[in-house]
Amino acid sequence: MTLLSSSRPRTADRAPQVVAARHPWRWVATAVVLVLLAQLAHGLVTNPGWDWPTFAGYFFEKSVLNALLVTLELTVAGAVLGFLGGIVLAAMRLSPNPVLHAVSWTYTWVFRSVPLIVQLLFWANLGYLYDTLQFGVPFGPGFAEVETLHLVSSFGAALLGLALHEAAYAGEIVRAGIISVDQGQREAAAALGIPRGRQFRRILLPQAMRAILPAAANELVNLLKGTSVVYVLAIGELFYQVQVVYGRSGRVVPLLMVATVWYVVLTAVLSILQYYVERRFARGALRTLPPTPWQRLRAAVTK
Amino acid sequence: MSHPMLEVRGVHKHFGTQEVLHGIDLTAETGSVTVVLGPSGSGKSTLLRCVNHLEKVDSGQVRVDGELIGYRQSGDRLHELSERHILRQRAGIGFVFQNFNLFPHLTALENIAEAPIAALRRSPSEAHGYARELLDRVGLADKASAYPRQLSGGQQQRVAIARALALDPKLVLFDEPTSALDPELVGEVLDVMRGLARTGTTMVVVTHEIGFAREAADTVVFLDAGRVVEQGPPAQVLDAPRHDRTRAFLSKVLT
Ligand SMILES: Nc1ncnc2c1ncn2[C@@H]1O[C@H](COP(=O)(O)OP(=O)(O)OP(=O)(O)O)[C@@H](O)[C@H]1O
Ligand SMILES: [Mg+2]
Repeated sequence: MTLLSSSRPRTADRAPQVVAARHPWRWVATAVVLVLLAQLAHGLVTNPGWDWPTFAGYFFEKSVLNALLVTLELTVAGAVLGFLGGIVLAAMRLSPNPVLHAVSWTYTWVFRSVPLIVQLLFWANLGYLYDTLQFGVPFGPGFAEVETLHLVSSFGAALLGLALHEAAYAGEIVRAGIISVDQGQREAAAALGIPRGRQFRRILLPQAMRAILPAAANELVNLLKGTSVVYVLAIGELFYQVQVVYGRSGRVVPLLMVATVWYVVLTAVLSILQYYVERRFARGALRTLPPTPWQRLRAAVTK
Repeated sequence: MSHPMLEVRGVHKHFGTQEVLHGIDLTAETGSVTVVLGPSGSGKSTLLRCVNHLEKVDSGQVRVDGELIGYRQSGDRLHELSERHILRQRAGIGFVFQNFNLFPHLTALENIAEAPIAALRRSPSEAHGYARELLDRVGLADKASAYPRQLSGGQQQRVAIARALALDPKLVLFDEPTSALDPELVGEVLDVMRGLARTGTTMVVVTHEIGFAREAADTVVFLDAGRVVEQGPPAQVLDAPRHDRTRAFLSKVLT
């Protein structure tokens, strides 16, 4: 009794100190990675083949910036049209109507099978298949006629091809999101008498977005780079333009780097955007949202 | 002519080749509490789901407050109503699910206010005001802005009950509201339900909580293999059951 009471107080009023576990292998791995990175950077700077002055001269050059704009236009328009089409395709595929279901299935099958580059060439050569397009009663008389060449410019053909191609993939992404929502959600909404359209908009879609967003962002990045394929239609997007420039000057590597760095920058912007949009839709799905990198940095600095 | 709040007559339902309900008859007077008991797979959930037309009946009729649910009768034919019409009928019938089915991306308050805004076209401020009142009634006034995953199971089910009440339903159906809950959380949900029973809400409750049936029910219905085996006041069905199957079931539940 006396022994215990004399030795207790010291340990009781001072809680044992926490010592974090040490990870020596982490330091080794870090050192290895840093050495490799340093070697890579050294090569990039010292090898004259990269020709950084030419790179710098063309990075903000006017024709390159204009081409960048075309790439962005194709990406944004392709994504918007593609995802609108995708929502329709997903709704058709999930509908109980067997005809709508089959049409959606067939569309997806066909447009996922045909390589984008082949499809683009088809659209560009539409005028070869049909001289004129007629608007009117199906199989009946027509009201208006247009020459196909006027209707489908090469930019139009490119956008059409990208959007149709994109819709097939977007349809599957949207469908994946919708079927990932628990059936009880729709049932609860139906039991509350919430109208169909609002069930979809307010209950199903926001929850489906959690599954849709990462896949959709992936697809958007794919599309951004996929626009480089339309160079086959001689449209002045980024990749086509750098080809034009190095065709004249012969400086292939620095100009490919110009295009590469722009694609990397745009993808970075998309990825940051994705992070915040996903966070927005995570509300309620996680008990507490993790801090953003910015919040983490501020917390670390002010600590 | 006065009519019961709920009238189920000759309801048959099958899934594939399996007949799940073999002609169910059931009535519940306005303001009454009906407890439905029965072994697993006896068709209790199916019966409740037929009442608000989440499942279509094969034959028979369901009437709530005298109105035929899901169909319009002309002569001796029943025509299924349009979805819009059915949704409107459902707005008058509350449903509380075993696993809550709260909308996880909406706060407790938004969960409750959603249906009045969507189905009754209430203004958001009015709907939110009423939602706060209901949250207060289920004892969760301080949880208005919590998301369902931030609530305990018992709290979630109380929000779900408030959500079912938000449309001022004539009838509230409960499908095993406490069987997904830890034992210590069952009491708080049953308390809310007892409160509702006292204020005259017409309720049909599927539950295995015999204690609740004994003190709150006006009628206890025992269902087995898709048939009503026995029904009557709790004192009769629970304490002096006439059928062997009821007795066998009760002896299992009570031990
Ligand atoms: N959608 C469905 N498709 C096929 N069979 C079903 C379906 N829903 C229910 N059943 C079957 O109908 C029978 C009755 O099911 P129900 O869910 O109504 O039982 P229950 O009495 O609620 O059981 P529990 O107490 O386990 O909830 C079961 O045999 C079940 O397998
Ligand atoms: Mg059940």
